[in-house]
Amino acid sequence: MGFVTFIGRRIFQSIFVLLGLSILIFIIARIMPGDPARVAMGARAPDWVVENLREQMHLNDPLPVQYGYWLRDALQGDFGISLFTRRNVADDVREFLPASLELVFTSGIIAGVVGISLGAISARYKDTWIDGVLRMFSYFGVVTPAFVFAILFLLLFGLALQWLPPIGRLSDGIPKPPVITGMITVDALLAGQFATFWDAFKHLLMPALALSMGALAQEARITRSSMADNLSKDYIAAERALGIPERVIMSRFLLKPSLIPTISVFALDFAAGLSNAFLVELIFNWPGLSRYGMNAMLRKDLNAISAVILILGITFTIANIVVDLVVGALDPRIRLSAERSE
Amino acid sequence: MDDAPLLEIKDLHVHFHVYGGILRVLDGVSFVVHRGEKVGLVGETGCGKTTTMKATLRVLPMPPARIPGGQILFQGQDLLKMRDDRLRRVRGRGISMIFQDPTAALNPVFTIGQQIRAVVRHSTEKRLSRSQIHDRMIQPIREVALPDPERMLGSYPIQLSGGMRQRVCIAMALVADPKLLIADEPGTSLDVTIQDQILRLLGRLVEEKDLSVILITHTLGIVRQLTDRVYVMYAGTMVEVAGTEELFRNPLHPYTHGLMEAVPRLTGGGVSDGIPGRIPNYLHPPPGCRFHPRCPHVMDVCRQEKPGFYRVSGDHEVACFLYRDKERSA
Repeated sequence: MGFVTFIGRRIFQSIFVLLGLSILIFIIARIMPGDPARVAMGARAPDWVVENLREQMHLNDPLPVQYGYWLRDALQGDFGISLFTRRNVADDVREFLPASLELVFTSGIIAGVVGISLGAISARYKDTWIDGVLRMFSYFGVVTPAFVFAILFLLLFGLALQWLPPIGRLSDGIPKPPVITGMITVDALLAGQFATFWDAFKHLLMPALALSMGALAQEARITRSSMADNLSKDYIAAERALGIPERVIMSRFLLKPSLIPTISVFALDFAAGLSNAFLVELIFNWPGLSRYGMNAMLRKDLNAISAVILILGITFTIANIVVDLVVGALDPRIRLSAERSE
Repeated sequence: MDDAPLLEIKDLHVHFHVYGGILRVLDGVSFVVHRGEKVGLVGETGCGKTTTMKATLRVLPMPPARIPGGQILFQGQDLLKMRDDRLRRVRGRGISMIFQDPTAALNPVFTIGQQIRAVVRHSTEKRLSRSQIHDRMIQPIREVALPDPERMLGSYPIQLSGGMRQRVCIAMALVADPKLLIADEPGTSLDVTIQDQILRLLGRLVEEKDLSVILITHTLGIVRQLTDRVYVMYAGTMVEVAGTEELFRNPLHPYTHGLMEAVPRLTGGGVSDGIPGRIPNYLHPPPGCRFHPRCPHVMDVCRQEKPGFYRVSGDHEVACFLYRDKERSA
């Protein structure tokens, strides 16, 4: 049961991390120059209207009191009303978050599967031309921002070759599937609408690929170096010396220990994908949370900004806990020492 | 043809290609093991003992290692030229190896059971039933006197003591009933009492199973107890070979002398000075005899030519110009 306690403790610690983050968000949002009430009402609104709104938003109270109000509401999922969309921020989030998650999940899967495979191939053919090409590709992938890939893919696959639809989540004329998760591909599958799924998937592919490139390259690099590292370990020599076939060693005895550093980086890349997605969402006209958050920042939409940043924080926290879980499952040394320290 | 050696290494060269150039780690090593023979391989740390044995099983990391020359004949077949799938069947079943550090030689993220099962599964071309696999896993664990085999199978290496890990390594090496067992400094990383237990165990198993053995060590006392014949290695070259008793009675090579004197004796005399100097660097090894910079009897010829092996008596050969004229034709 030690491992359960270990995870329980990690979750408990995370609560304080999130509380700290919420204070930070709140303070940053409040010290941003400009009067949110004035921005909301527009320059020509009479002063008394603006003053009323300030009162309504508790903007005239001392900061700690404001934070108290804010936290109480936030815990109930109430981030107030977006000053720009004029809707509940919670409703906005409910609408935009699934689109972003769909994008980020897909790009995470691509980055994980392709990145780890490329890294493994690179390690297997270490110091040959295959390795050389893959490593060059990886460096290129790591240093190139996602929006560059987005534009390149858009031009190449969307416009020149016309293989994939350039923008949006669904083609015109295709009805949206009933909302269950908000991710159109998943909802279409759940509703059994395979044509819709296929159309949504084609829309999803290009932005997900563009978003995944950086993480994919990073995964490939880390997998390669940790596999190459472990390849010269004595236990690999010992397994070979005992007659275990090469393919078993590669796919099992070498892969598992080598994936541990990869997984750690992967989860963080995954969480970072959510915040890196804004330009990709902008370019592909993808109605996701990152784009929403970006617009909120440009418009000083405090309530929306707070909600988006908090969601990002929660995503990172969850990603970290998942890393601990997965790495613990892969590596008995970590699992056992966690149990022993209880 | 029964006299044909079980393992014969002829003029083996191993190079490591590194950033600074080529490390000439093995420079023409020759080595013979007959059936049922227990052979010791001694020399100070870094002299190439482990490299020779890893090269034999072709488990050196390549690159950076390369084998530019030599032959490794096992039962008459050259392992260096053998196809990978055939070589795999020699590994474990023909020749098996116990690595120096049991902690490094066990995969840290798999249970002992998972690791032994893989060895058992691939130790034969036949398809084994579950119970056969289980029996073949438990059997060697019993043989190395590990307590509670079932629980042992579910443990990770980190949960075992050093001595237990070493026993597990020995058990894994014995799974496929090898003809030749290479034991690389067994127990060196353990404390002396455990090391003694491990060596006794190894000695007993070797007797019971009538294995041929190559015992690598830098502890001369162990060699004296357990082996019939000893090779002495220095900086990637063989310098002397003799029957164990003969070597201890009559060490010839100046390096062997030094090695014997370096052993602290319990009966007074204190610790000796050992051999002054260090193993040369392999990037630019000294020309001629590799030992000449440290040798008290160095002659001009030693700086220029590499000494051949001179047979001094029956099975006693030494690679040193001091004995060039004392060679006997055998």
